[in-house]
Formats: sequence, C-alpha cells, structure tokens
Amino acid sequence: MTRDVRSYDVLIIGAGVVGCAVARELSRYNLKIAVLEKELDVGMETSGRNSGVLHAGFNNKPGTLMAKYCVEGCLEFDQVAKELDIPFKRTGKIVVGFTEDDKKKLYQLKEQGERNGVPGLEIIGREKIKELAPYVDGEFALYSPVTGILNPFIYTIALAENARQNGVDFYFANEVLAICLANQENQPACYQLTTTKATYIGRWLINCAGLNSDKIARMMGIDDYTIYPCRGEYFILDKKAGDYLKIPAYPVPNPKEGGLGIHLTPTIDGNVLIGPSSEYIEERDNYAATQKIMDLLLKDGSRIFPYIRREFFIRNFAGIRPKLVSEEQGGYADFVIEERTETPQAINLIGIESPGLTSALPLARKVVEMVGEKEHLKEKADFNPYRQGILCFREQPLEKKKELIEQDPNYGEIICRCETITKAEILQAIHNPLGVETLVGVKNRTRAMMGRCQGGYCQTRIAELIMQEKGKEPPEVIYARQGGNMFTGRVRD
Amino acid sequence: MVKKDVLIIGGGPAGLAAAVKLKKLGVESILILERENHLGGILRQCIHDGFGLTRFKEALSGPEYAARFVAEVQAMDIAYETSTTVLEITADKKVTAVSQKGLQEYQAKAIILTTGCRERTRGAISIPGTRPAGVYTAGVAQAYVNLKNIMVGKRIIILGSGDIGLIMARRMTLEGAKVEAVLEILPYPSGLPRNIEQCLNDYNIPLFLSHTVTDIKGKARLEGVTVSQVDEQFKPIPGTERDYACDTLILSVGLIPENELALMAGVELDSRTKGAIVDENYQTNIEGIFAAGNALHVHDLVDYVSLEAENLAEAVAEYLRQGSLPPCPILIETDSLIGYTVPQKISGLKDFQLSLRVKKPFQNCSIQISQNGELLKAKKMRKALPAEMIQIKVIKSDFLTNEIANLRISVANS
Repeated sequence: MTRDVRSYDVLIIGAGVVGCAVARELSRYNLKIAVLEKELDVGMETSGRNSGVLHAGFNNKPGTLMAKYCVEGCLEFDQVAKELDIPFKRTGKIVVGFTEDDKKKLYQLKEQGERNGVPGLEIIGREKIKELAPYVDGEFALYSPVTGILNPFIYTIALAENARQNGVDFYFANEVLAICLANQENQPACYQLTTTKATYIGRWLINCAGLNSDKIARMMGIDDYTIYPCRGEYFILDKKAGDYLKIPAYPVPNPKEGGLGIHLTPTIDGNVLIGPSSEYIEERDNYAATQKIMDLLLKDGSRIFPYIRREFFIRNFAGIRPKLVSEEQGGYADFVIEERTETPQAINLIGIESPGLTSALPLARKVVEMVGEKEHLKEKADFNPYRQGILCFREQPLEKKKELIEQDPNYGEIICRCETITKAEILQAIHNPLGVETLVGVKNRTRAMMGRCQGGYCQTRIAELIMQEKGKEPPEVIYARQGGNMFTGRVRD
Repeated sequence: MVKKDVLIIGGGPAGLAAAVKLKKLGVESILILERENHLGGILRQCIHDGFGLTRFKEALSGPEYAARFVAEVQAMDIAYETSTTVLEITADKKVTAVSQKGLQEYQAKAIILTTGCRERTRGAISIPGTRPAGVYTAGVAQAYVNLKNIMVGKRIIILGSGDIGLIMARRMTLEGAKVEAVLEILPYPSGLPRNIEQCLNDYNIPLFLSHTVTDIKGKARLEGVTVSQVDEQFKPIPGTERDYACDTLILSVGLIPENELALMAGVELDSRTKGAIVDENYQTNIEGIFAAGNALHVHDLVDYVSLEAENLAEAVAEYLRQGSLPPCPILIETDSLIGYTVPQKISGLKDFQLSLRVKKPFQNCSIQISQNGELLKAKKMRKALPAEMIQIKVIKSDFLTNEIANLRISVANS
C-alpha cells in the first residue's frame, strides 16, 4: 500500500481551540500549514466541553503565563468577535460567598486580579448581587465586569474557518501514530509524521494535542510530561431557566477541589450550565456522566442558584481538563509553551487547561513569535482576518426574515422547531468550509438538535439532508466520532 | 395581514377533527397550519393497526385513520397550508408563520392549539453514561424505520413501556432486530395491556418491571447498557446490576404536550398535564385560544383525541356566534390518587366530558364526583390503570347545585 505523503512548512497537531488559533495566526504569513486532527471535527475534546466563559484573569497567580494571556485574551475579545463574526457578550461575573472566610478570599482574589491587570473588579453586597442576578444567593461577591460568555464550538470553528480561508489545510480522522526527526547534516530540521491516514512532512511541528499532548511529546522523544485527565461534568438547563440567570455565578474557589468550583453559567444562547465537577480519572476520553456527580452538581448548584427544576434538564455532558500535575501535587501548573534544543522547530503547548479558551489567541501569537525568532516570517498581502458565520434566522427582525426568505426560500422552512433553525442554515452547515460531515457537526454549527426536544423533531430531517447533500447511504452517516455510525442500513432494499 | 375566523395550529388528528367539525357547524373561514409537508401528524408514522376502534368501529392503521379526516378536509374544501411553521402567537390572536412562500401574518378570532406532544429525552431523565450514537427516542426510531426506510440498529434494549416503545419492540423484531428486553421503572406497565400482549408476549420479549438503565457505554456507537432493579423510591438497588451488550437503546419514557407557542401567548399550563388549563369549552385562560388533543394532555387512543377536538369545535363555533363563552368559576379538584383532570374548571351550566387518569392501578374501584362533600356521581370500574385515560360524561342534572362550589374527584376502593 502506498501512502500519501504531504509536505508542509508547519504541521499543527490538534484542532482544538489552541490548534485552530495557532493555524489562524500563522496563516497571516507565507507558510504552508496543515492541521492534523484525530477526530472528525474541530473542538471535539476539551475546547468544546467547558463553561464557555471568557475569563477575566483574576483566578491565576500573578506572573504566570495563564494570568498574562488570560487578561490579554479577555480584553482584546471584542475585536476578535467582530473579525470572526461570533456571538459574544460581556455579561460580567460574580463570585459569591457566604462567610467571613469567603469574604477574605474574595478580597485576595480581587487583589490578585488587580495585580494581573484585570480592570473594574469590585466587592459587592447583597443588594448589588440581587440587582445583577436576582435569583442567585450570596451575602457578598466579587464582581468582574469584563468577564464574558461565548459559544466555544462556534469560536473554535470560526478560528478554523478563518484559517481555512487563508490557506490552511485541515485533515480530520488523522491520528498521529509516530513522529521521526529526519535530521540531515547541514539541513534544517524536518519532521515526518505518520498518521492513521497518510504521511506528513513538516519543517515545524506545533503540538496542540491537549489531552494527548504528552503522548505527542513522547513520540518526539520528550518523556517528562504527563497529562493527568481531570473530568468535569455538567448539566444543561432549558432556556426557560435562562430567564433566571444572566450572569455567570461562581462560588468562592476551593483550591483543594482543583477547579473553580461548581458554578452556574448562562450560555450565549440562553441556556444555563451547572458544573463542572472535578475528578481525576484514568482514561483521557471517558466522557461519561455519573449518577454520583449528577447528584453533587444539583446539590452544590442549588446552594447559589436555588432555582433549579427537574423539568429544566436537557442534557448532561462532561469535559476533561488536561492537567499537568496530579491531584496529589496540587493540580495547579502554568501553561507550558516551549521549544526544546533536542527537538528544534517543534513547539510543545502542554497543560493548556482553563483559561485556555480565553488564552488561545495570545498563546498562538507566542507560537508565531517563537517561529519568527528562527526564520523571517513574511506577511501575506491577501490575509483576511474576517470570517463570516452562518446567519441566525431566529435573531433577525421581521423585515429581515421576510427578505431572507425572498432571497432564499429555504429560510422559510424550519427544520429545528425548538431553536428555530431553517433549512438554509442547515444546508450551510452541511456544506461547511472544513468539509465536516457529521450530525454533531451540523448541531455545533447551527444549534439544531440542541433544544429541549434534543432532535426529536429535526434529527431525522437533518440526517436525510446530510445523505442527500453528500450522496451518502444510511450506514455512512456518522453521529460524532469515527465508528459512531447512526444507522445499520435500509429497512427494505 | 390575513384575517381568519379560526386558525388551527397543527394538522394532526386533533386539528383535522376540529376543522371538519367546525365546517359542519357552519364555520367557513378556517385555516389549518401544518409544519410538516403532509397533514396527519404523528399518525403518518404509526403504520400498525388498532386505530379507530372507538371512532369508526373498525381497526385502521395510523395513516388510514388520518386519511379519513384528510379526505373530509379536502372534500369540504377546508383551507390548509403544509410545510408552514408558526413562529409566534400572541394573546390578541395574531399569528406569524413561515414557509418557503414567505413570512405571513394572520389575525384570527379564535386559535385552536392542536400542536401534539413531544417525547421525553434521555437528558430529561438524566441517564448516566457516555453519549454515543445509537440512543433514540421511540418516536424518532419509528420515524426512521417507517418513514425514512432506515434501520437504526440490530440489538436493542428498550427503556420504558410506553405504547410507542412497545410498538417499536414488535416493529424492530419484525424487521430482524433482536430486542433483548423492555425495562420499566414503575412496578406496572406504562402502555396499554393489549400492547403488552401483542407486542411483547407474542414475541417472547421480556418485560422487567421496576428496572431502569443506570449506565450507557460506548464512545462512538452504543456498546452496551447497565440495567438495575429499583426500589419503591425508584433508586437503583446496588448489587442488581446486569450488563447487556446492545447497539441501540430506544427510550419510551413519556410524552410532554408541546406548548411553546401557547406559552408565548400567555396561556397558563397545568403542572400535572403540562398542557393548558382549560374549561369545559377547552378554552384556555386567554380568551379565544383553545386547545385539544395531545397538546392539552397526552391521550392513550387517537379516537379520544378526535372526539375531544370535535367537542372543542362545538365550543369554538359557539364562541364565534356569541363573541364569548360563559365564565367557568367552578374548579375541579382531585384527591392524591388522581393524576389530573381535563377540564380543570367548569361553568356548572352545561354537560361536559371529564377526562382523567389515576396515578396507580386499581381494581374494583369507583371514581367519585362530589360537591360540597356530597357524592354526585360514581363510576364503578373493575380495573383502572394509569395507562388508560378514563372518560366520564357529566350531565347538568348530575349537579345538586350550580352554586359556585368546587367539584372534587376521588378514587374509592369498593
């Protein structure tokens, strides 16, 4: 069997938010770039499985990369959202406390945030809490006005699509199996990657493999990194619960728990998330929700947001933090971004957990800077930082809705009833610039199937549209991951 | 703005029956709005028989049952729009709908909500485990198999003994799949006895009562589930776990009336039925907005959906003639063993149809209707099951008094 061999200047491993941000930032320059991803879409692991919060940066130790990049990423995001055409809201955030000890910790957080350069932090009392979040319980709180919320799928997709527009190639279902450094004398470094699909050759290697970044490093011969997977489970609540929560509400963090504590987050689309828990696990891809944690989430969540009702439950999900230190070691380590002398032109980004979503672009610019130190980067004249998303019919005013249907009658056909997603939007998602063909790909791009009926009305229609548009037979329709086939065949031939 | 006397939202069995009856009662200006590209609603995918035994005294398939009403709608020249989704309704009875033809606004004198119901999902009951492909609600699996000619799996576990789940157990078996078991968390079946007999027993499919799924396994496609027995509080009993290998989990764990449009107009819902609170005329708290069928409360048989919609049509016709309907200040209360009643309030001035369900199975009981502590009427029943809707015709002369005194419905063991 002959394998395809593809050559690039830069190979990025992992199409999470960091890999996609690196791709996008490097696509400003005259480089031939590819992103290799083991899954069938971008943002399928940690990047798409979190609270969707743009953090302000007060939770991180002063002087760390986390603190620096988080503050930078947060403050620049209005411009980013504009360029990438993604929904984003600076809702602000409150960290609520009940006891004197909590209060002390909140003042410490405030001071830490101020040292990190977070603007506008304020300790507020009960009255102001009630004003910001009438249904949240707490005696006092740290209020951060610059914290925001965004849709982490859409952000990752937008970065990837913008990179694609600017010439980056994306290869899905390409799990890296082996890396060899093909160093020839007097020749610049050159890496050969064997994936499940093909062979890739690149002068630069950027390891953005998140949960598997230690495995990738090991393939290069760097064996002193270990990722400790730490799972966080969530509940997603109906948009009806969204009426009661407009601002993320967190408890005072308990350093022993490792995360930021079980919090309540409104999503940019109007749902509410409860979570995440924090539990070290063995497997890096075990996204199961467990009864024990579900019970814990409801108990802890109810403490600060008593307005949780069973009828609001839509779905559970879990994400896994790629922690660089174990629970015993305290679970806290700074981002690692480095190029080692033994592996020149290979940049490892390791332990990129929260606030990784917020820090993705600053991290990407650091990668650009590191590449630029080694070779002269020439800016492309035709780089376009603007990407256009799928227009959301539901959010348009009446006159615009009429106009859209006139231009394209498919805007008049509602496929997803709960979220009011039209056939025109579904078709745009099916024909996405990255060539993703899964059902969850359509879901993450449009919100179809994310509502309270969870696809009861629209899933059959969307599966049928994917088959029609992509010329697929039923057994070829994939839900989310390789091997996740939706159907076994036809009932009758 | 298009003006209509009556807008019917939803062209399933309730909407069609209401339309036909209204036309027979002389109402001319009717429009049915249907989101799918055919009339008939959920009946289109219910290709099994057993529909119509009450209404037509013969066994029909779902599509046949629907076709009878569709034929009448067409013969009577009742207007309808398919592939048209209503985006919004308001309390002053303005309706916004879209289709490929464009966005259309309507002004109605009366709106009939016959929007049917949706299925409860995995997320709503929070089953632990992973989220692989191969987990389907029964209605979705039924739509794939019966409407799209697509087979969803080969080795199947069904959670919930609701009627659609039972029907799908048989359907999948007939199509060559192996249905390993049907699990029901309650100590008694949720579906009709005839479906237990004809869909499970006839095919030797085991039904495990007081059992549920406590874990879902598989990263990409479903690989198996863990099943546990539950105690009286529905908590899994440790040590009773059993693992089943399967590629498909079908959920038949309840139906919820679809009332998102109703809520937009300010219609008040009953926390028990999840449908509108209505009076004997099927009028909601918003004057001129009516509801019937599964949007109002989940029915066991489609025949009763049609009959309810026909009763509603009479009230709507009267509403159009009179401009209003008499107030209904008498509330219907229930004891703790009655799940709900429809209607929830009456005028005391006319006969009405009382629909209700018991919360647990009874043998040799009577359903009692009393007012001011005095028994007005009792319906003796050899058997009363939560799966079966109970209907009692209450006539005006049953009342001792038409004073404003609430009615109380209770169950008594005889």
